[in-house]
Amino acid sequence: MPEMKKTREGFGRALAELGRTNPDVVVLVGDLTDSTMVSFFAKEFPDRFIQMGVAEQNMMTAAAGLSLIGKIPFLSTYGAFAACRCLDQIRVTVCYSNLNVKIGGAHGGISVGPDGATHQAMEEFSIMRSLPNMKLIVPCDFHEARKATLAAADVWGPVYIRFGRENVPVVTDPDTPFEFGKGLVLREGGDIALVACGVMVYEALQAAETLAGRGIDARVINLHTLKPIDKVLLTRAAEECGAIVTAEEHQIYGGLGGAVAEVVVRHCPVPMEFVAVDDRFGQSGTPDELMTAFGLRAKDIVAAADKVLKRKPERVF
Amino acid sequence: MEQSDRGNPYRYDMAGLQHKALEIRRDIITMLVEAKSGHTGGPMGFADVATCLFFHELAYKPAEPKWPDRDMWFFSMGHVTPIHYSCLGEAGFYPLRDLMKFRKFDGQLQGHPSCLDTPGVEVSSGSLGQGLSIAFGTAYGSRMDGHPRRVYALCSDGEHQEGSTWEAIMAAGHYKLDNLCTIVDYNNIQIDGYVEDTMGIAPFAEKYRSFRWNAIEVDGHDLPAILDALRQARACKGKPTVILARTIMGYPISFMRNLYEWHGKPPTPEQGEKALAELGTTYAEWSSRLLSN
Ligand SMILES: Cc1ncc(C[n+]2csc(CCOP(=O)(O)OP(=O)(O)O)c2C)c(N)n1
Repeated sequence: MPEMKKTREGFGRALAELGRTNPDVVVLVGDLTDSTMVSFFAKEFPDRFIQMGVAEQNMMTAAAGLSLIGKIPFLSTYGAFAACRCLDQIRVTVCYSNLNVKIGGAHGGISVGPDGATHQAMEEFSIMRSLPNMKLIVPCDFHEARKATLAAADVWGPVYIRFGRENVPVVTDPDTPFEFGKGLVLREGGDIALVACGVMVYEALQAAETLAGRGIDARVINLHTLKPIDKVLLTRAAEECGAIVTAEEHQIYGGLGGAVAEVVVRHCPVPMEFVAVDDRFGQSGTPDELMTAFGLRAKDIVAAADKVLKRKPERVF
Repeated sequence: MEQSDRGNPYRYDMAGLQHKALEIRRDIITMLVEAKSGHTGGPMGFADVATCLFFHELAYKPAEPKWPDRDMWFFSMGHVTPIHYSCLGEAGFYPLRDLMKFRKFDGQLQGHPSCLDTPGVEVSSGSLGQGLSIAFGTAYGSRMDGHPRRVYALCSDGEHQEGSTWEAIMAAGHYKLDNLCTIVDYNNIQIDGYVEDTMGIAPFAEKYRSFRWNAIEVDGHDLPAILDALRQARACKGKPTVILARTIMGYPISFMRNLYEWHGKPPTPEQGEKALAELGTTYAEWSSRLLSN
């Protein structure tokens, strides 16, 4: 079993680092200081930490106001509220004005667990992808969450970063390269491409192991940046592998799967399957129970691979 | 930095302000007749307050819209673009002829303010209930930096029905942001009728006071009173100030005054001519003034 750590801790640690290196970074929170792990920053930089109370809409727009005078505001709340409750604020004030606001959406995905559907954000990808000027990063583990947060400070304009609640397997290391907007091939292979983000990257790596045991070489792509999407890497994967399975801890419509399909159908159409939450709300349960019940396991990726490989043409082109 | 280093570039006297307010009202009617769509009543009613702001109160440099030492203002009620754009044009942010392309495909003046298109617009707006939150963030950050700027949120009465407006009011009171001033276009009118009939907000000043603000009520057409309220707001320490400017929608046009049907429509060419006659000019005269500047 790999080491387990929380992506939200990567966010929190990175904010404290940013606090030390960049005096413009400020952090806003909506009464969730510990659970979104901005507490590290709060302790070290109380003067640049702003408690906004349970008022997410005001927090979003206040961050916009801070960005206007050169601050780099990171705000943090649960993704369910960041992406849904403040959507109008994000659309009109942040995105239409193209402001330098960084949104940390914690508690994304079904793995949020016992709190149930209200707190399991599974719509942020489709929402954020549809907004002009918005960028979207979905880190796969602690290290990547840290790097994504540092990168977000350097990328101009609105950025949404999604974090989870639970400890998740660490699949990268502190030195694994992270380039905003560029997917990362974690495992080479030419029979099929497994494209994943977030915790599903680990599941995809497991699935690739299983497939390898059957003589199928799966390429595993960690697509941490959903927008802007890495068209070159995806097109090459379609050309070279001829079949794609996407895997995400998110609703099936409009998320990673849709994003990859939009690239693939235009540049090199190949059969695809989608591992995602099948258009339904979550529920209470342990993260483990839920990941299994909602079909977000390595075995689900393997099943999808079997299905798509049957439809794979003999030769691409 | 001294206030005097970063004052208003015009600082008109009372006669100058009166004359500018008249010119601005002529601009509003003219650009709306030309655009054939847009909001008339609110902008006309807010013209006196806006004139005091742009030609007496606010520190800015029209040739350098992002001048770091500027005051900052946010038209939270985005729909009043005619007054916003007229003030920016009259103040010199862009040529007045641009007003004649308001709401047109090849113009830079969008129906609702777009900061990426129009110099002098800090943030895009048009969805009500956000400007005060933006102003809160800017005021908070400015205080953090020890910057002397003042931040103005220009809000409508109707948008005080938005919960997010009260989130911002609560936060600004909590954090004692005395560099923040909200000015409300308190015309008691919204789209569906009188505010008090639609969703009452009275007692307005008391609400603000109970959220720990300094509240000043003023006749929004009385220029000396408006300037005095702005002075009081600046002098008030330890609290943000709201100026509830009692205005008359459509002021002073006889057939527009206090009629909520003028919220969101432009005058027809005939109505425009009548209104401009009441303002002492004609469409031909005023549109050519705009086009030649
Ligand atoms: C969030 C939001 N809801 C609805 C509207 C549509 N709308 C535009 S103006 C307005 C209300 C008008 O009242 P007020 O803001 O007081 O402006 P006035 O009529 O005085 O100009 C509404 C409901 C909007 N622009 N934004």
